[in-house]
Amino acid sequence: MAGSALWMIVPGNAALSAIVLFLIAMPFLYAARKPVHELVRSVGHLASGPLRLASRWLLAVARDMKERNKAVLLAHGREETGQLITREFERVATLVRRDLEGYPALQRRLLDEITRVEEDYKKCGEVPPPPPEWVEAVDAVAKVKNGNELVQRVLEEINSTIKEIYQKTLGEYRNAYEERHKILNGFMPFWRSLDKTLAQADQKMTSLNDRATQIDAQIDKYQEIVKKTDKAEHALTMSQLTQFFISTLVLAIAAGGALINYKLIALPMSEMVGAGDYLTSSLRTSDVAALVIIFVEATMGLFLMETLRITHLFPRIHNLSDQMRGRMLWIALTLLVTLAGIEAALALMRDMLIADKAALLQSLATTAQQHVANDGWLARIPTAGQMLLGFILPFALAFIAIPLESFIASVRTVGGEALVLLARATAFVLRLAGNLVRNSARVLVTLYDVVIVVPLMVERLVKARPDGAGGRNVSEARLKSHDVDEHKLVARRN
Amino acid sequence: MDKRSFLTAVPALGLAAWLPGCADQRSHSNAVYMLVDTSGTYAQEVDKAQLIVNYLLGSLQSGDSLAVARVRSRSFSEKDIIAKATFDNRPSQANSQKRAFREQMETFTRTARGSAYTDITGGLIQGAMFLNETGAGRKTILIFSDMQEELDKSTVRDFPIDLKAIRVVAVNVVKLKTDNIDPRKYMGRLEDWQKRVVKAGASEWLVINDLEHLDRMLKS
Repeated sequence: MAGSALWMIVPGNAALSAIVLFLIAMPFLYAARKPVHELVRSVGHLASGPLRLASRWLLAVARDMKERNKAVLLAHGREETGQLITREFERVATLVRRDLEGYPALQRRLLDEITRVEEDYKKCGEVPPPPPEWVEAVDAVAKVKNGNELVQRVLEEINSTIKEIYQKTLGEYRNAYEERHKILNGFMPFWRSLDKTLAQADQKMTSLNDRATQIDAQIDKYQEIVKKTDKAEHALTMSQLTQFFISTLVLAIAAGGALINYKLIALPMSEMVGAGDYLTSSLRTSDVAALVIIFVEATMGLFLMETLRITHLFPRIHNLSDQMRGRMLWIALTLLVTLAGIEAALALMRDMLIADKAALLQSLATTAQQHVANDGWLARIPTAGQMLLGFILPFALAFIAIPLESFIASVRTVGGEALVLLARATAFVLRLAGNLVRNSARVLVTLYDVVIVVPLMVERLVKARPDGAGGRNVSEARLKSHDVDEHKLVARRN
Repeated sequence: MDKRSFLTAVPALGLAAWLPGCADQRSHSNAVYMLVDTSGTYAQEVDKAQLIVNYLLGSLQSGDSLAVARVRSRSFSEKDIIAKATFDNRPSQANSQKRAFREQMETFTRTARGSAYTDITGGLIQGAMFLNETGAGRKTILIFSDMQEELDKSTVRDFPIDLKAIRVVAVNVVKLKTDNIDPRKYMGRLEDWQKRVVKAGASEWLVINDLEHLDRMLKS
């Protein structure tokens, strides 16, 4: 307490003591003005310089990373689009081969059908009725004078004959029409067949046209990538980002499946490898063994997908001969089926162990043992469900290879972009901090001048005296020059 | 075997793959030696002991050890061990052992007879020897007694005992008639035992009269 009061020049009056001390210190502060200003500026510069330098370096690094990311992204995009185009061409080739191979047959069929239709059409042409030869005879008879009985009888004969002939001709005419209608009716299947064949040809041509449109789109994309346009880069980045999120989501779902799988087999694994061995203080060997089984299943699934050429994580497998790849496929599938069978058995064992434990705990309970109702087949449903789940989950886990490949492919782009973003953000923060430090130094300099404002005013008054005009001018010129220097310094630093 | 252990298992598996043969060599098993006082009036409490043993059988896992011994006039003898078992690593076998253990305990409960004296110290020495032989990571002696030791003249127990790294738990320490007259006797008796057990190197000394608290103790 006594020590803290030593500075008080006027005992018991701290404010007055402080003012007196300040007044005493003021001349010294005024005298030390220039070095203090220099010191504050130097310290500000010392602190802000490295910060700004680091900021610039980080920005340069971010630029480099961005360039590298772009190069990798475009290369990846070029490869992927190239593969897509190749695949599309293969499909088109298959389509063309399949359909064009069938075109001669199709053409022949069409020609046959058209010829047949033409022939039938000719057949169904209208048959003109026989020329009425008997008309002239009737005319001759009609010119004979009336009253002749013979003529009368002849005419009657002719009339009856004409009627008969008319009936016969009409019948033949009708038959001919009926025949033609039959022929026309027989056209229908040929027309239908013709229509169907033409529709098929149209469908195939449309499909080919669609493929061609898709190839056009891919080619455009490929050209954009080759030209390294920002549009292509943006599109590829967005595509990779989408892939990343989708694959992450699917992997998370797969992890959930793996967790369920793990829970199914962890307990029964203790029956196989023992429950008393530990790898760490809280991790049982049986738990790890269960996890190993799941990982082995996932690996087998991975190999299966690789050998089926669905994924391309291992170029060595991809480059194997078809025969060797086929062998590998069967080995992986056999192992996967075996492991799935083991899991189903383990799931059954788990159920039995749980039931045994429950029975033991019940027998150890203090209450009288209760008769457990036997639910028959209903009680077996969970067991069967567990077994089924144990058998299915390994196969479901096998498909993890597909999202895994997408994840690995997209994480490079997403990670690179995140790093660029981080570098830029850090650079911004460092630059901000550097500016803050430098401006704080300026504020401190001004603040110092504010503190010693009285001596500065005195100095100004002294310099403003008439006999000191020259001196004043010199001083003003010096001050101006100092300001100009300071502005230059500020401009250079900025 | 929950989600947490699944998540810890993944990196641990990687670690294990990196460091072959680095499996945790320490024993993680539990070993419990239970002393059941059958002397004097305390013999009628033996049914409660059965409950505790049942609880222990339900709680202990594969690889754990359990032994139950009676406290008689002289208890430093293997003959006083009623039942003992180190549960098999396979859960199904362990369950069978537990069933057999329970049957042995039930037989003992039916046929238990009181003794003239109470040699708790002898039982403690015997229990410590058994527990040390098991090599378990966590060793516990449960003393089911009123903690009133009474020795005959020829029995010598006034020497330092070794209970190093063993947790000693006095269970169901009932109050005697004299304790009811002067509770300081009860307190003093427990205090004396605590001093003696701690001096012997025990890792912990606990008194549990409410059997429901036993669960918490065993899990800790």
